Amino acid sequence: MYCLRSLLIPLLCALIFTSNLSQPAQAADLETALSGLAEKSFKTRLKAVDDIAATQDERASEILDALGRGDLFVANPGKHIVMPDPAASGAYLFAATGESAGSYAKAAVKKVKINNRMRSAIRKALGTLTLGSPDRNRRLTAARSIFNTRDASALTLLSDAIARETDSTVKREMERARAAALLGSDAEESEKLAAIDVIAPMANQDALALLTQVMSNDSGAVAQRAERAIAEMQSSLALWATAQNVVYGISLGSVLLLAAIGLAITFGVMGVINMAHGEMVMIGAYVTFVVQDVIRTSMPDLFDWSLLIALPLAFGVTALIGIAMERGIIRFLYGRPLETLLATWGVSLILQQAVRSIFGPNNRLVGNPSWMSGSLELGQLTLTYNRICIIAFTLVVFAALFVAMRKTSFGLQMRAVVQNRQMSAAMGIRTKWVDALTFGLGSGIAGLAGVAISQIDNVGPNLGQSYIIDSFMVVVFGGVGNLWGTLVGAMTLGVANKFLEPYSGAVLAKILVLVFIILFIQKRPKGLFALKGRGAEA
Amino acid sequence: MSKLNLLRKGIGAAVVGAALLSTSAVVSAEETIKVGVLHSLSGTMAISETTLKDVMLMLVEQQNAKGGLLGKKLEAVVVDPASDWPLFAEKARELIEKEKVAAVFGAWTSVSRKSVLPVFEELNSLLFYPVQYEGEESSKNVFYTGAAPNQQAIPAVDYLMSEEGGEVKRWVLAGTDYVYPRTTNKILESYLKSKGVADEDIMINYTPFGHSDWQTIVSDIKKFGSAGKKTAVVSTINGDANVPFYKELGNQGIAAEDIPVVAFSVGEEELAGLDTKPLVGHLAAWNYFQSVEAPINESFVEEWKAFIGDDKRVTNDPMEAHFIGFNMWAAAVEKAGTTDPDAVGDAIIGVTAPNLSGGYSAMMPNHHITKPVLIGEIQEDGQFEIVWETPGMVVGDAWSDYLAGSADLISDWRKPMACGNFNTKTGKCGGSGS
Repeated sequence: MYCLRSLLIPLLCALIFTSNLSQPAQAADLETALSGLAEKSFKTRLKAVDDIAATQDERASEILDALGRGDLFVANPGKHIVMPDPAASGAYLFAATGESAGSYAKAAVKKVKINNRMRSAIRKALGTLTLGSPDRNRRLTAARSIFNTRDASALTLLSDAIARETDSTVKREMERARAAALLGSDAEESEKLAAIDVIAPMANQDALALLTQVMSNDSGAVAQRAERAIAEMQSSLALWATAQNVVYGISLGSVLLLAAIGLAITFGVMGVINMAHGEMVMIGAYVTFVVQDVIRTSMPDLFDWSLLIALPLAFGVTALIGIAMERGIIRFLYGRPLETLLATWGVSLILQQAVRSIFGPNNRLVGNPSWMSGSLELGQLTLTYNRICIIAFTLVVFAALFVAMRKTSFGLQMRAVVQNRQMSAAMGIRTKWVDALTFGLGSGIAGLAGVAISQIDNVGPNLGQSYIIDSFMVVVFGGVGNLWGTLVGAMTLGVANKFLEPYSGAVLAKILVLVFIILFIQKRPKGLFALKGRGAEA
Repeated sequence: MSKLNLLRKGIGAAVVGAALLSTSAVVSAEETIKVGVLHSLSGTMAISETTLKDVMLMLVEQQNAKGGLLGKKLEAVVVDPASDWPLFAEKARELIEKEKVAAVFGAWTSVSRKSVLPVFEELNSLLFYPVQYEGEESSKNVFYTGAAPNQQAIPAVDYLMSEEGGEVKRWVLAGTDYVYPRTTNKILESYLKSKGVADEDIMINYTPFGHSDWQTIVSDIKKFGSAGKKTAVVSTINGDANVPFYKELGNQGIAAEDIPVVAFSVGEEELAGLDTKPLVGHLAAWNYFQSVEAPINESFVEEWKAFIGDDKRVTNDPMEAHFIGFNMWAAAVEKAGTTDPDAVGDAIIGVTAPNLSGGYSAMMPNHHITKPVLIGEIQEDGQFEIVWETPGMVVGDAWSDYLAGSADLISDWRKPMACGNFNTKTGKCGGSGS
C-alpha cells in the first residue's frame, strides 16, 4: 500500500498542474509512461499504469481500458505499445497517439500481461479518469469504483462532478462514493457523521463492510454512529439472508426437478428402475457440446442461439436411444426389477465408456450464451441469470409434460396402459408401442435436462452419475407415479438443503437430508403423494 | 559401474548383475525391463490420470530411442485400476508379482496411494507418485515426486501475504471433504495462526465430492470478504467440483482483484474444460506451468503434442513430476547397474534430473524431491502467467513443521538411519506419525 500511496501523490499533483500543458508535451509524457509497459517486471508495469493515469491525457482512459481488457500489445521491432485497429483486422494503432501503426504479423506482437495488482490500479485510475465522462454508465461505474477504493484523493474531483451531475442515480452513487472517501480520510467529525448518514440507508454488504471498518478505525461519536447504523442494517440483512436461502433452495430444487422429471416417467409411471437415466442427461449435455462446436467453427454468429438449437436435437437423440433401449433390452425384463436394475446399470457403464472413447475422458467446454452470463441484483439478492433461466425452463418443461399427460390422447393412452394393460389392449391401444414411446419421452426429457445442466456443471462422462442418486431420491420422496409429488419433493429437498447448509456445512446438510428421507420413507413408504385407488395396486 | 560395486549388493542384485554381464552384448527382443503404469483409464479419475499414462508411454518410447537402459529395451505395462481404490492394490500386486515390473509409476488420489502402499512394502517394489499430496507419510518404497505442502500450499500463502500478492488478511480455506484438503487446511490453519492471523479471520469450508451447487458458499465467501480486510480463498477443491465453483464465482461477479482464489488442484488440464474469461487473474500454485519459459520445456511441450497427435493438448504439473521421476529412476538404474529395488532405492538418493523449468531437481533422503514453487495467474487462453516464484529450490518436507505430532519427525532413508519417521525428541525411529 505504501507504494501505491507514493504514486498517488504525483497523480494528484498531475491532476492539478497538468491542465495547461500543451498537447505535444503530453504525448511525449504518455509515450514515456507507456514504455514502462514493455518491461518484464510487474513492478515497472504497475508503475507505468500509474504514470499513464498521471499524464491526464485524454487517451489515458482508452489506453487503460484496453490494457484491462488485454488489448494492448508490444510490437517488435521497436517495442512500440500498440492496440488493434477496430477498422481492419491485423492492423494496429499506436497507443500513445491513436495513429495507424500499420500491420504486424501475429508473432511480432506480444500481449501486455497484467496481474491482480495492476488490475486494481487500472480500476482505481479509471475511477478518477472517467468521472467526467459523457457516457452515463461510465460515470456510474467510476462512482462505484471510487466507493470501493475509498480513494480520499478523489474528493475534490467528486465534489466537482456532483455539482455538474444531472442524472439523479449517478448523482446518488457519487454522493455515496464521496461519503466513502470522506470516511477513509481524516476529515472533521461532523463531516464523517454526515457521511455515515449517507451510507446507512444503503443497507447492503458493501455499506456494512465500510461501516465495520469505520467502527474499528475511528473512535468517539463517529464509531458510535457507525455501530448504531450497523445494528439497524443487521436486521434487514438477516431478512434478506432468509429470502436468499429460499431463492437458492428453489434454484437447487429446480435442478433436482429437471434431472428427476424424466425419471418420474420411466421409473415413476412405468416402474422401470432405470439406472441409465443419468447417462441420458449426460448425452443431452454432449449434444449441446457438439452443437456449440459446430456453431463455433461454421456459424459463430448463431452462438447465442446454440442452446435453443440443442434442445430439440438433445430431445431427439436421447429419445431415440431410450426407445432403442426399451425395444432392445427392457421389454424383455418387465416385472423383473432386479434384472432391469442390473441391465440398465450395464447400459449406463457402456454409454459412459462409449462417450469416453469418442470424446475423451476430459471435460468438454460448453459456453454460456451472453444472455445467460452475469447476475441480477435484486435488493440484496444476487440471482445469476443462468439459474433464473434454469428455474424458468424447468417450470416450462414441467408444465408441458403435465399438459401432455393430461390433455393429449398419447397421455391418455400412457396412463391407461399403466393402470390396466389388458383392458387397454382390449380397447385397441398398441401397448407395446406406448411402452416404447413412454420410455422415449422420459429419456428425451432427461436429454433436455442435460442441455440445461451443461450450463452449470461439468460436461464429462461422469456427469450422469452425480444426478442419478438425487433423481431417485426426489421421485421416491415425492411419491412414485405422481408428477406433483416430484415437483413438491424436489423443491422441498432443495430448500431444506439450503437452509441447513449455512448452519451445518454442505457435507452434513446432505447427510441430514438423506437421514430425513430415510425416516420419512419409514413413516410413509409411498412418499409425499401416494397414488390412491385401484391403479395404485397395479 | 564396476563389477565390485555390483557384488556388494544382495544376492538378488548379484544374480541380476551376473545375468546382465553375460548378456549385455546381445540385446534380444524378449529381454526387456518392464515399467508398470498404474493409472485409472476409466471411472471418475480417468479425467486426470489418462494423460499421465500417455506421458509415461512417451517417456518410455523416448528412453528406448536413446537406447533403453542397461542395454535393454524398456516396456511399459499399462493396467487400469478404474478409479476403484481396492482395485489399485490388486493391480499393483499383478504388476509386481505377475508382470515382474522393475518400478511402478502411478496413483493420483491419496486414498489410492494409501491402498497400494502395503502392497509395495510387502513385495518390496518401487512406486513413483507424481501428484501433490498432504505429506505426513514416508515409505521406503515410495518416491514422492509431486509437491509436499511446504512446496505448494505454504509458499502460496506467503505470496498472498506479501505486498505483491495483495497483503491478504482474511482467509477462506475451501476444500473437498477428504484427506488431502483436511490435512493441508490443518497445516495452513496452524501456519496462518503462527503468522498472527486471528481465528475470526479464517473460514473453513468443506464440500462433498462433485459438489455442483455453490450458490450459498460463494455468497458466504462474498459476505466474509466484505469485512473491510483483503480476503483470499485457498482452494483445495478437487476435480470436477471446480468448474461449477468458478462459474458461480464469475456469475456472482467476484473478480480476482476483489477476492483472489489460489487453487492447488487446478491446472492447465482442468482449465481446458472451462470458459476461462471470468477466471482471469485467479491463481494457482504449482511447481510447473506449461507457460514456463525454458528451452527444455519448449521441446517437451512440442514432443508431447507430436506424441499425442493433437495440437490443443496441454501439459501440467503431474506430467512434469513423472518426467522428473522417470529420469531419476533411469539415472539410478544406470548408477546401480541393476533394476533391483533395494539397489535402485539406495542409488536414487542424491540423483539429480533436469526439471522443466530449466533447473535440476534432486532426490532427497526423505524420498521427496527439490522443486521450485511457481504462482501463476489464469489467462484468457487457459494458460498461466507466472507472477511469482521462489528464489531457489524448495526441499519437500514429509512431516510438516506446523502440525503437532509431526513437527519433531524427520525422514531419512539413508543407512544407517533408514527410517521414515525418526523422532528427533526421543531419538527413536517410529515416533508418533500417522
